[in-house]
Amino acid sequence: MLFQQIINGLTLGIIYALVAVGYSLVFGILRLTNFSHGSVYAFGAHISMVLIGYSFGMLPAIIVSVLITGLLGILINKVGLEPLRKKKSKGISSLITTIGISYIIQNLLMIIFGSETKFFPKLFDYGNVTLGSAIIGVRQFIIFGIALVLLGLLTYVVNGTKIGLAMRAIEQNSKASNLMGIKVNSVISFTFFLGSASAGIAGTLISGYYQMVYPTMGVMVGLKAFAAAVLGGIGVLHGSIVGGLVIGLSETLAATYLGGSYADAVAFIILIIVLLFRPSGLFGKQDITKV
Amino acid sequence: MPKNNKAFGQVSLFVNKYRKILLVAALVVTLVLPFLVKSQYIIRIIVMIGVYAVLGLSLNLVTGYTGQVSLGHAAFFAIGAYASAILSTRYGMGFFGSAPIGALIAGFCGLLLGLPTLRLSGSYLSITTMGFCEVVRMIFLNWDSMTNGPMGIQKIPKPVFFGTTLTLGNKGLYYLMLAMVIVTTYCISAIVNSKTGRALKAIRDDELAAGMMGVPTTRMKVFAFTASAFFSGFAGAFYAHMINYIDPNSFTFDTSILILSIVILGGMGTLTGPFLGSALLVSFPEALRFMREYRFVVYGLILVIMMRYKPQGVLGGQKRTPYALPKGVVRPETAKAKE
Amino acid sequence: MSLLTVNHLTKRFEGLVAVDDVSIRVEQGEIVSVIGPNGAGKTTFFNMLTGIYPITEGEIVFDGKNIHDLSPQEIVKAGIARTFQNLRLFPDMRVIENVLLGMHINIKYGFIDTLFKTPRYRREEKKLHEDAIEILKGIGLESKIDSYASNLPYGDQKRLEISRAIATRAKLLLLDEPAAGMNPQESEDLLEFITTLRAKGYTIILIEHDMNVVMKISDRIYVLDHGKLIAEGKPEEIARNKLVIDAYLGKEEA
Repeated sequence: MLFQQIINGLTLGIIYALVAVGYSLVFGILRLTNFSHGSVYAFGAHISMVLIGYSFGMLPAIIVSVLITGLLGILINKVGLEPLRKKKSKGISSLITTIGISYIIQNLLMIIFGSETKFFPKLFDYGNVTLGSAIIGVRQFIIFGIALVLLGLLTYVVNGTKIGLAMRAIEQNSKASNLMGIKVNSVISFTFFLGSASAGIAGTLISGYYQMVYPTMGVMVGLKAFAAAVLGGIGVLHGSIVGGLVIGLSETLAATYLGGSYADAVAFIILIIVLLFRPSGLFGKQDITKV
Repeated sequence: MPKNNKAFGQVSLFVNKYRKILLVAALVVTLVLPFLVKSQYIIRIIVMIGVYAVLGLSLNLVTGYTGQVSLGHAAFFAIGAYASAILSTRYGMGFFGSAPIGALIAGFCGLLLGLPTLRLSGSYLSITTMGFCEVVRMIFLNWDSMTNGPMGIQKIPKPVFFGTTLTLGNKGLYYLMLAMVIVTTYCISAIVNSKTGRALKAIRDDELAAGMMGVPTTRMKVFAFTASAFFSGFAGAFYAHMINYIDPNSFTFDTSILILSIVILGGMGTLTGPFLGSALLVSFPEALRFMREYRFVVYGLILVIMMRYKPQGVLGGQKRTPYALPKGVVRPETAKAKE
Repeated sequence: MSLLTVNHLTKRFEGLVAVDDVSIRVEQGEIVSVIGPNGAGKTTFFNMLTGIYPITEGEIVFDGKNIHDLSPQEIVKAGIARTFQNLRLFPDMRVIENVLLGMHINIKYGFIDTLFKTPRYRREEKKLHEDAIEILKGIGLESKIDSYASNLPYGDQKRLEISRAIATRAKLLLLDEPAAGMNPQESEDLLEFITTLRAKGYTIILIEHDMNVVMKISDRIYVLDHGKLIAEGKPEEIARNKLVIDAYLGKEEA
């Protein structure tokens, strides 16, 4: 039983990780908490539902959906946030803008698709596997595997490619990066693309697993993934992965032993504890004030 | 744009010159309004504008004046409402006892939340407040024995003032709202124009520098939070006794965002801003019924557009009027005593 | 007893010693300058004096009290106030409000007074505003009390920051590059102003790069380089000191 719940927790956790890296990437490069991220996750799931519904074939539909979701991220950056950076607005303005954007996206989803829960087709069904006393769906392994591969890919992009180097340079010093010839705004857009695409994949995987989609699905997941990012050290990629797994596990175990309604609170409690006692998270750096 | 600014400047100078007369005129109008407006439906809207103006004024203290973006103020609204409702329905307390206690409980919760979290900066604080709002809602949803869970509390009695039940029909609730608005505005205005207000604004502008000039920054932020929670709690109690029914879904994150939109639209760091914001955002869903579905899309757009073009809000930003010196202080260049 | 005694002050960050065993003293009524090339540790030194950075080693004794463990607010109350290298005014507050804020720690009325606008409140607010206007008159900004700090010309902003520090009724003023960005006339005016401050009883420590100001106004000078104290003395002595010249110009080829 415990083993089963651990598998469940890790599967849930890796999904949180996929969403959490989006927060980390954007925070790392802009020092901004992107509140609209949860709604992008929901958007991705809805687009997948629509495209699969058009009988495109599952894989092409998902790929196109992820691309579209990534483009939404770029749009959010270009239209919502870049003008504020040009104006040198206070950080709070960007934060509030992302809140506004999350409202626009989520409520447009509600208006277009209706707020009830809709059916999402099963993504994979390869039966179950028995390990000891636990019966585990093969799809959980598949989801875990896909997510792991994607996260690995992401890590490679950030740490091993030229554009990843540009991202990390901008994180350190965007003025200097600009002077070195890096097209800062393009790299920032790319960062948004990566984060949003990951969220889109996460949304699709979750919807395929539970077989349901609804416009507000991004709210809870968004908050919990944020908690995961903060736990791991927001801005640190591998931190988000660890954070996601921890939150997923904690939540599943809490649901098993304490009851479902308190499971949701676990992420918040972890978030508050981290913020109060070690805001830099597990892997983050402590900031030194410069006067 | 410059042309509009000039007109705006002249209007504000005019308003400032005659502000005492205008204030008295506004007061007279609001006092006789219920006798001029026959429709109870419209009176109800005006009362709701008043409730949200109080919410806006209290959030403004924290966000507009102190610069801390709170995304969880609906929680204090809820705490005040539930506390007062429970005291009334379970323990038979009248509004004039349960409401102040509800407000005090809300204020106390503000203190409890503020103490540990106001050390955090920017996003982290905002997110914690958001989480707090959700946690409060979950508590109200699950604490069946006290709050009736998802069914909410029904038959909350209307306020009784010296034997008279105050309703919309007999205009009692309207005048109660007016009293609440006037007292809240007075208190917040007094705070804001004193050394406390200056300290809060300094924290907003540059918290480090404020601390370096001796301002106890954490203590002040906690104070703003607590006072703000108190007034929001009172508004919540009023709301509960006016609507006579509350449930956890009346106080969600959406409500927090509505209050924030009111402050941002109307004007951060002003006393008049929340009134404008509340008047616009409360009446518009009523006036434009067909757009009801799009309500939250509009709120979202307002946030995005305001941040892009006028982050301090319609009435916010640097004032064009001169600084109001205290009575008897001689203004330097002219050596005439300033009124 | 000196007004300020700093003994063996050291600040270590991870892997970097920013301030290394620095000892200085400042007597009541003196104007002391701390100079040195960029990165010498001067602002870090100020930050330790004012409680922004915890010290690694050493002690700071001000007016007979150990202040190196105190919070910035307590240090202001003890009588030290500062300005900032990169100007930290309150941009969306008026000139007079910036000065009034400096007075915050000395305001005596309480919350009840605020809420009920008691006679005590009215009396004190009136006096505060009158005092603030006097301070602004002293520095020539009294015609601009209504202006928002962010709209002032740079020179006025620098002077406003000094006014704000004066408003705290500090005995010791730490001025971090007050002449930065000023033209010769403005620097002259600033010099005069600092001299009148001394005449009024203030003690001043200056971080400055403008040698003209430093040489004309300082009673004594301390020179820092790479966190270490390399010279101290009267202006004439410092001007001739080879170590100082080397530090600023780089060592000559042997």
